Amino acid sequence: MNTEKSSEKSTYPTKPLTRFITDDDNCWQLQEYQDLGGYDGLKHALTLSRAAVLDEIKASNLRGRGGAGFPTGLKWSFVPQGDDAPHPKYLIVNADEMEPGAFKDRLLLEKTPHQIIEGLLIGGYTLDADIGYIFIRGDYYSAIQHIEIALQECYDNKLLGKDILGSGFNFEIHIHTSAGRYICGEETALINALEGKRAIPRAKPPFPQVAGLWGKPTIVNNVETFCNLPHILNFGADWFKSLGRFKDAGTKIFGVSGRVKNPGLWELPMGTPIGEIIEHYAGGMSDGYKLKGYLPGGGSTDFLLAKHFDTPMDYDEIGKQRSRMGTGTIIVLDDKYCPVAMVLNLVKFFAQESCGWCTPCRDGLPWAAVLLEKIEQGKGELADIKQLEDLCKFAAPGNTFCALAPGAVEPLQSALNYFRDDFEQHITQKSCPYCVQSCEQSHLEEDHDK
Amino acid sequence: MTLANEIPTNETVELSDVEKAQIDSLLLKTPYTSGASIDALKIIQNHRGWVSDGSLLALALYLNLPLADLDSVATFYNLIFRQPVGKVVLHPCDGISCDLMGGQKIRQCLNKQLKITNGQTTDDNQFTLIPLPCLGACDKAPVMIANETLFELIQAENLPLILNNLIKEKST
Repeated sequence: MNTEKSSEKSTYPTKPLTRFITDDDNCWQLQEYQDLGGYDGLKHALTLSRAAVLDEIKASNLRGRGGAGFPTGLKWSFVPQGDDAPHPKYLIVNADEMEPGAFKDRLLLEKTPHQIIEGLLIGGYTLDADIGYIFIRGDYYSAIQHIEIALQECYDNKLLGKDILGSGFNFEIHIHTSAGRYICGEETALINALEGKRAIPRAKPPFPQVAGLWGKPTIVNNVETFCNLPHILNFGADWFKSLGRFKDAGTKIFGVSGRVKNPGLWELPMGTPIGEIIEHYAGGMSDGYKLKGYLPGGGSTDFLLAKHFDTPMDYDEIGKQRSRMGTGTIIVLDDKYCPVAMVLNLVKFFAQESCGWCTPCRDGLPWAAVLLEKIEQGKGELADIKQLEDLCKFAAPGNTFCALAPGAVEPLQSALNYFRDDFEQHITQKSCPYCVQSCEQSHLEEDHDK
Repeated sequence: MTLANEIPTNETVELSDVEKAQIDSLLLKTPYTSGASIDALKIIQNHRGWVSDGSLLALALYLNLPLADLDSVATFYNLIFRQPVGKVVLHPCDGISCDLMGGQKIRQCLNKQLKITNGQTTDDNQFTLIPLPCLGACDKAPVMIANETLFELIQAENLPLILNNLIKEKST
């Protein structure tokens, strides 16, 4: 992990999100965080009016880092303000990281819990909110432990509770450890989970900003989004915008997994070209492997190819290539792993994690998994490809309650486009061309599982 | 009360004082009782290993929530077990980043060594095998979680040692 140590405010950091991550094992604790300038952003925010803080966040062009890229300031401006606004208002950190191939939030949760709490406090002050939740994945044991200790440190040091730092601002933060379902990452499903229900997405409107948790105004943002706020307040919106290499503002934690020489995470400017991340930071492909394609932003984004290497990691630019920035964690497909098997793994995951609320997802995804398994085992027919394409259309945005099914079919529809020869070869040669023997063997064992 | 008829059970469970105290502290933090239901189920599971029909009924009575509501929650989430599990629950990752790095082979080795399929418990009640989706450590693939520990860069030949240590850890 690249880190930058800068304790003075006068030195404007180029890697703000990881500037608190040092070689010190205790860098996640309050003392170490404050020594490096932690909570300065909150202190500055508390000297400004709520409207002024919101204006600064809007001016920064910060976009939600959970995957959708919705402008944070705009999202927040829908929350009712003023004396007539309903209370309590809620602010929720979405730390339920479970996207296949995404591992960026874990780093921030384990190493910088105070950065998240500071972002949450700045948001709480801005929106005149009363209660914050950190909704964290139950399997992130050490992150949960660090956050629990960090929260206690805050309560012990007047950074949480009543009259925070003598400002008159009151705010409580609770931690909720999820019992585990991918759908909990969808904001309205997350709210249902917090209410102790099955995590099923809600119909919108009403939007959570107006009627969310327990019917009160609620904002849900990703961990990384909150982590940006202390720095925007500390160093200003203009500095934040200047960080990006293309159109989008700020930096982002990018990651690469798969058969590359140096898989990992790096904080880089928004707009860093995809090729630079894979070739330079991840060191290119491991010896003996070639790049076949990659999912640029986790398991629910469309495949891209080496010819897209010049595309900047910018929300709209990736969109122009008909994929998505998603979580910014790239999954690399090598030339020795079967693309049909990869898509089958992903579709099985989404079929399993579907909440079952609407038909294209509950029935469509398992159907797609059955067809893909058939093709992978060499028992497919050419008509199955057409059927898979139809299933992708049925699960398109607008046909479903939430974004799970549309995201689920993104790798499938793009694989059918880019790797169509592979699908057809499975069907015509009646076996998997990648691993004739080992695949059959493993399928036999998987069948035995059922 | 018709609650008991919703899920017929002969098992009578009394919540312990410790369980009740932990559940009571949850109730202080939520404006509505249902908000505590997931955490309350986790408390039961922490003390009893899993959530049986009887303990589900005891919890429903204690929280004064409909049993069906509570069961609908208990059956929805991956980490709440409605069946008994072994001493150690193994969660190998079956996400795509692990599979690109040989994760499937690791899971097959576990199947072979333990002579169980996914979701089953060994005859001696030592291990339960429940693969989980992407565990968020993709740069260290393949990975597995067990006993609240994350095992990274797993190699098939190290599995016997890992399993041995896990059981030792639970026995001490």
